[in-house]
Amino acid sequence: MNQNLKNAGLFAFVAGLILLTGIMQSWNSALLILNMGLVSAVMALGVNLQWGFAGLFNVGIMGFVALGGLGVVLASEPPVREAWTAGGPRLLAGLAIGAAVIFGAVRIWKSGMKRRVPLLLAELVIGFFLFRWVFDGAVDAVESVNPALTGYLGGMGLPVLFGWPLGGLLAAGAAWAIGKTALGLRSDYLAIATLGIAEIIIAVMKNEDWLARGVKNVIGLPRPLPYEIDLQQSSSFVERAQGMGLDPVTASTLYVKLGYAALFTVVLVLVLLLAQLALNSPWGRMMRAIRDNETSARAMGKDVKARHLQIFILGSAVCGIAGAMMTTLDGQLTPGTYQPLRFTFLIWVMVIVGGSGNNLGAVLGGFLIWFLWVQVEPMGGWLAGQLVAVTDWMQAGFDPESGIGSVIAAMGRVSAHIQDNVQHMRLLTMGVVLLLVLRFSPRGLIPEK
Amino acid sequence: MDFLNAIVALSNFVLIPAIAYGSQLALGALGVTLIYGILRFSNFAHGDTMAFGTMVTVLFTWLFQGWGISFGPLPTALLALPIGIAITGLLVLGTDRVVYRFYRRQKAAPVVFVIVSIGVMFILNGLVRFIIGPEDQRFADGARFLISARDFKQWSGLNEGLALKSSQAITVVVAVLVVALLFWFLNRTRTGKSMRAYSDNEDLALLSGIDPERVVMVTWLIVAALATVAGVLYGLDKSFKPFTYFQLLLPIFASAIVGGLGNPLGAIAGGFVIAFSEVLVTYPLKKILGYLMPDSLQPDGLVQLLSTDYKFAVSFVLLVIVLLFRPTGLFKGKSV
Repeated sequence: MNQNLKNAGLFAFVAGLILLTGIMQSWNSALLILNMGLVSAVMALGVNLQWGFAGLFNVGIMGFVALGGLGVVLASEPPVREAWTAGGPRLLAGLAIGAAVIFGAVRIWKSGMKRRVPLLLAELVIGFFLFRWVFDGAVDAVESVNPALTGYLGGMGLPVLFGWPLGGLLAAGAAWAIGKTALGLRSDYLAIATLGIAEIIIAVMKNEDWLARGVKNVIGLPRPLPYEIDLQQSSSFVERAQGMGLDPVTASTLYVKLGYAALFTVVLVLVLLLAQLALNSPWGRMMRAIRDNETSARAMGKDVKARHLQIFILGSAVCGIAGAMMTTLDGQLTPGTYQPLRFTFLIWVMVIVGGSGNNLGAVLGGFLIWFLWVQVEPMGGWLAGQLVAVTDWMQAGFDPESGIGSVIAAMGRVSAHIQDNVQHMRLLTMGVVLLLVLRFSPRGLIPEK
Repeated sequence: MDFLNAIVALSNFVLIPAIAYGSQLALGALGVTLIYGILRFSNFAHGDTMAFGTMVTVLFTWLFQGWGISFGPLPTALLALPIGIAITGLLVLGTDRVVYRFYRRQKAAPVVFVIVSIGVMFILNGLVRFIIGPEDQRFADGARFLISARDFKQWSGLNEGLALKSSQAITVVVAVLVVALLFWFLNRTRTGKSMRAYSDNEDLALLSGIDPERVVMVTWLIVAALATVAGVLYGLDKSFKPFTYFQLLLPIFASAIVGGLGNPLGAIAGGFVIAFSEVLVTYPLKKILGYLMPDSLQPDGLVQLLSTDYKFAVSFVLLVIVLLFRPTGLFKGKSV
């Protein structure tokens, strides 16, 4: 009971922080924090599945989040018919050849025949050039179709919410391929391998314009909710807003943001419920047994490799869904903005601070760290402003040529520099928070039971 | 003649840049591998340590330039390098004292150290951006070329020019000196031998009276020096941008692992393997093949196997291949 009370208190504290933002800054920014907090909480749940349940050290979260975003584009954008007729079939054929080459290579390697290495190399080299020959032609054809506006194959034209499960599926597929090759590795090797995979996924999304326009970005994605401007023009909405004492412009933005919050909450509650059920099921106990002692779990007849692969795919899929939610919220896919510190390591801070192995902890960490990430900058800006004001006031009292005066002038320059660069405070703060939690509360705010 | 042209073009566009880049990676990988051998964890903050050391050096370079001090044809940064190393040394000793020592005394699991180093990475990353900003900084001065392409063409009468940037020559010379010094230290001095003993068998080393805290301190100082030198050389050769240094983490780790984590010789070999593969795979080979092949067989495209943005894929693929088929690396590394 005591523990429950403490947890409720922690959640109330974070809710209070967001409410305070609403009162002191604006409800718009409070809802922005809430929405991204919900998305972050889902991501943290995905990482907690892998790290908290199974002890898998995955630092490639950014890649899965980005694949989720790709899912939204592929599901919701209308297909580009000219591009499909120009090079669609040939492009698919190229991809099929690529997959066949890899599949063939694995078969040759596993066949165990004599002198397989030269055969394998020959197959890979011939396969690579065949793939490039078929594929490059198709890519040129697709990308030259109206490159300023499309230049890609487009999506399936489905309602945008289909992008969320599709994003999860894409991430799961990538996780399967990665898990098959890299999961046998030791923890730090797995970390480096996943770090590399994430960079490769981002590089593919930046360069393969036929897929989702690369760095030209896909903007104006369809939305699951009405546009603010349409709401403002609907007379019934304006009447209701005025009935509540709000002006229609504010009311429409709040309505849309609350709508997203409701959608995200549904996903979060669903994922949390499933994760909680899984944790307390025999399957969850088996996972923790494997995490705590792989050898003895194997001796009990548990298939460690298969279970690791399973939970790696599940956790990555959850991250993919969260990534799709984020892209839907942004309304655009911009591969250039994915950075490992923001999309991989920040999620790790959330899980560790919240409490690895505890789903509620991961959710709490998601909200709390996201709040800090957003609010450290204005808080630091305010502090730096005070510092500048103090040094200015002190400078007025001294002659800048004198000894003390020149010291104070230097202090003034330093505080001005701090004020100009205050946005970099957030990385510093995240590092300090992570180290403090690891040192003084290594099991996180809500420890595993 | 065509054959000579092909060799010159290959040297100019592939061999020389790859040797310079390989030396930089090797120095970085040596730092990672020493930490792994002695402190037994993968240091994710290494890229940002390099960035920090380079930043200090850049700041002092600017200061010296402001005072009108120069190093003749050599870059002023070489004069500022010792100061950069000293301040970075203080920084890593400070982080060890404040952060890592606590976990060492607890005998924490290696993965805890890795997560702790992620925290340090955040702090250093923030600090560097905070002090110098996230933008590109150029700080190279002195002579730009040792051999310029035009001079070489006039001298040899070939179609292809061979350019040797002074930053590339300096990289190789400094790297050779540093590596020679490091191996002399590890193999000939008492402290170096005690470091190797500690790395090979911690318990036995402790029984023979080796002071672990001293070994750790010396290791951190060497790592700070290696990281700063690697960072400054990379910055002179290309340019200094904090985010690029963070991204160097992947090829550096790939070098150390491909060579065999914990094995200094392996780190150097790994650095060159990664650098050569990266440059060879992402450079358009049309020009070189053009000299070697008869006209009828001339390739149509650029013969660029992968676009330069996929250079991470090269590190990654080599890493996975080595790990799958030779898990301890090309040279025998250790595993925790």
